Amino acid sequence: MIAFVLRRLLWAIPTLFAVVTLSFLLMRFTPGGPFNADQALAPAVLENLKRAYRLDQPLIVQYGDYLARLLQGDLGPSYSYRDFTVTELFARALPYSLQIGGAALILALVLGVGLGALAAKRQGSALDAAVTTLSGLGLTVPSFVIAPLLSLAFAVWLGWLPAAGWGQGALSHKVLPVVALALPQIAAFARLTRAATIEALKADHIRTARAYGLPEWRVTAHALRAAGGPALSYLGPAAAALLTGSVVVETIFGIPGVGRYFVLGALNRDYALVMGTVVLVGVFVVLFNLLVDLAYAVLDPRIRHD
Amino acid sequence: MALGMPAQALTVYDRGNAGEPETLDPHLVSTVQEANLMRDLFEGLTAHDARAEVTPGAAERWEASDDGRTWTFMLRPDARWSNGDPVTAEDFVYSLRRILDPAFAAKYANLLYPILNAEKVNKGEAPKEALGIAARDARTLEIRLERPTPYFLELLTHQTTYPVHRASIERFGRDWVKPGRMVTNGAYRLAENLPNDHIRLEKNPFFHAASEVAIDVVNYVPLEDRGAALRRFQTSEIQSYDDVPAEQIAFIRRTLGDQLRIAPYVGVYYYAVNVRKAPFADPRVRRALSMALDREFIAEKVWAGTMLPAYGWVPPGFDGYAPVEASWRAMSQLEREDAALALLKEAGFDPDGQRLEVEIRYNSGENHQNTATAIADMWKAIGVDARLINADGKTHYAHLQNRGDFDVARAAWIADYRDPQNFLFLGLSDNVGFNYPGWNSPPYDALVKASDDMADPAERLATLRKAEAILVDEQPMIPILFYASKALVSHRLKGWEDNVMDIHPTRYLRLEP
Repeated sequence: MIAFVLRRLLWAIPTLFAVVTLSFLLMRFTPGGPFNADQALAPAVLENLKRAYRLDQPLIVQYGDYLARLLQGDLGPSYSYRDFTVTELFARALPYSLQIGGAALILALVLGVGLGALAAKRQGSALDAAVTTLSGLGLTVPSFVIAPLLSLAFAVWLGWLPAAGWGQGALSHKVLPVVALALPQIAAFARLTRAATIEALKADHIRTARAYGLPEWRVTAHALRAAGGPALSYLGPAAAALLTGSVVVETIFGIPGVGRYFVLGALNRDYALVMGTVVLVGVFVVLFNLLVDLAYAVLDPRIRHD
Repeated sequence: MALGMPAQALTVYDRGNAGEPETLDPHLVSTVQEANLMRDLFEGLTAHDARAEVTPGAAERWEASDDGRTWTFMLRPDARWSNGDPVTAEDFVYSLRRILDPAFAAKYANLLYPILNAEKVNKGEAPKEALGIAARDARTLEIRLERPTPYFLELLTHQTTYPVHRASIERFGRDWVKPGRMVTNGAYRLAENLPNDHIRLEKNPFFHAASEVAIDVVNYVPLEDRGAALRRFQTSEIQSYDDVPAEQIAFIRRTLGDQLRIAPYVGVYYYAVNVRKAPFADPRVRRALSMALDREFIAEKVWAGTMLPAYGWVPPGFDGYAPVEASWRAMSQLEREDAALALLKEAGFDPDGQRLEVEIRYNSGENHQNTATAIADMWKAIGVDARLINADGKTHYAHLQNRGDFDVARAAWIADYRDPQNFLFLGLSDNVGFNYPGWNSPPYDALVKASDDMADPAERLATLRKAEAILVDEQPMIPILFYASKALVSHRLKGWEDNVMDIHPTRYLRLEP
């Protein structure tokens, strides 16, 4: 078990290295640079800037610089937030994304798995139809539609909640972004759980359990344990995505999280910021996939990590 | 309360700002949204009032030598930093030398090139001591110029000329802009800075006009999403916002009434034509392309009245300068199209034979796309086939600035200081960074350069006007629209005066309960 975890963590190093290298190259071969804007810079000024950020050095030197700094935990300076290093930006923004994303993850798991299981139990009922339809909607309607609609309905029309802003962390400010972030994930978990539970309820060991006359709630518990696989596989990437924030939800609800840094960094050619986000998301994905693999062993006794 | 403030109610103004600042260092910023913040935090020798007119700032008075090349500024005795230190002439010397230091790499350093030796210092060709600025004594500052610069007092309102607090910079390095460390000399001082959430400024008790500043706290709320900003305005979470979602303008007009402010603004939206190559080197072709544009339609329909049609290059709003308009302004759109067809024919093109093909490049954006589509359609009417190519902003401008090949490309210019020269210098043949078309007109260059040395304002503006007439006739840059400033301003917020610079310092605003 411990050997398995160590092996996986060791493997993460070359994986992250490859991701970093690839995104470094992709970023640099994208046309335009951090200092191209609609008000052009005087050539002399541009030269000064490039020198100051060492962008006048050969690419290989810049790459070496970046790796050397990365190994010391320094993600480099941001061009679009010049008063902060990328590390400082993440240190400030990550807690917000973790709060919103964490709450959305729990909401998605509880509601998604719950509704999915319920729908499966009552397959063909009105409830099942409702869950199936709503989850279809939740998956297909993008968050840039849902988020403004939520804000419009609950803030502008009803006046129950603030339209946006962090509001020094007041609960009322967190409700809409958490819901907006959770909705598509609730839908995904509900669909996965429903399908898997329907399968599981037909399985031999469930029939056997019923034949032995086990109470229905215990039968369902057995079925759910067997049905957890697909939802669990999905949990890894979903958790990584939710916890590292969403550019749409953060922009629309004014959450000062890390989600926007990836998109804004790419648009601004803020090289270090993009690379930093790649590393951050990479670490989260590796970590959560590892946790999910460990959880499999708990769920399915046939899987052993050794 | 924190910071030991008395527990009385503070007037707090939540000010929506259409972008997050790149930095709070006045010598490094470049965007309009950053300038809004800088204006509250700092004060230059001169400043802008509520109507964007030049008023005394840290200097209480000044005089210019007869040749207009030497200016002497007397600092006000009560000019103070937010930590109580006096603002001295030496602070300004330090600050100008700092921004022009090539190693400091300030984006906007070239704006200061009218100052004696500024360009040489900034290019590393002269030591910083050669810069034409000197402290006569603690309160007397002398600035020498390369040439008489009639807009010099206006230029001194720009953030590039703001003083910075030497002791804090030397102590904290680049961290001097952090809350608790940053020392400023404007009406406000920095209290908090949480990226993408808010920047909290508090009244600077040492500011010389502090007793006249009505708003105690101003929270700058960065709002890039215009729709979200509108919702926050509707729910009174912000009391102003310096932009509007243009696609919802009809709804905003209907529901918010006079809280929507639209006013002329000194900026031009144009298409640069690549005159380095055929057939665009032919002024007849450029003139034809320009004449075929129905600017009223673009301004009214595409931009929902948030832009104004442009028939000249320099926007209206400069005192003493009568804008130039193209000779064909008086014609109807149909007459213009006929004239354009005739011009194209002269240049060898024919709608039924050899058709002119044009590639329009523009930076991504819904309205840029709609504008390009409308223009392609208008050009079809004169037998021109247009193809649209769009790229994100960075790619688009990199392509233009690196002299990539193009036919016609979208660009824009917003005034840095209130003078027509700030628009006309774009057409100078030696303006490598900004003259995207690669236009080279010796008579134009001669006129603009000659105006630099003219001390008589009327003569100078008349000369600039002659230059503009050449540019408008030749159309290397096809002006399409003049910008209008768009803002949402709550009924509670008083003192917001519409002006062509779209400048609204918080110190002149009041917030009613």
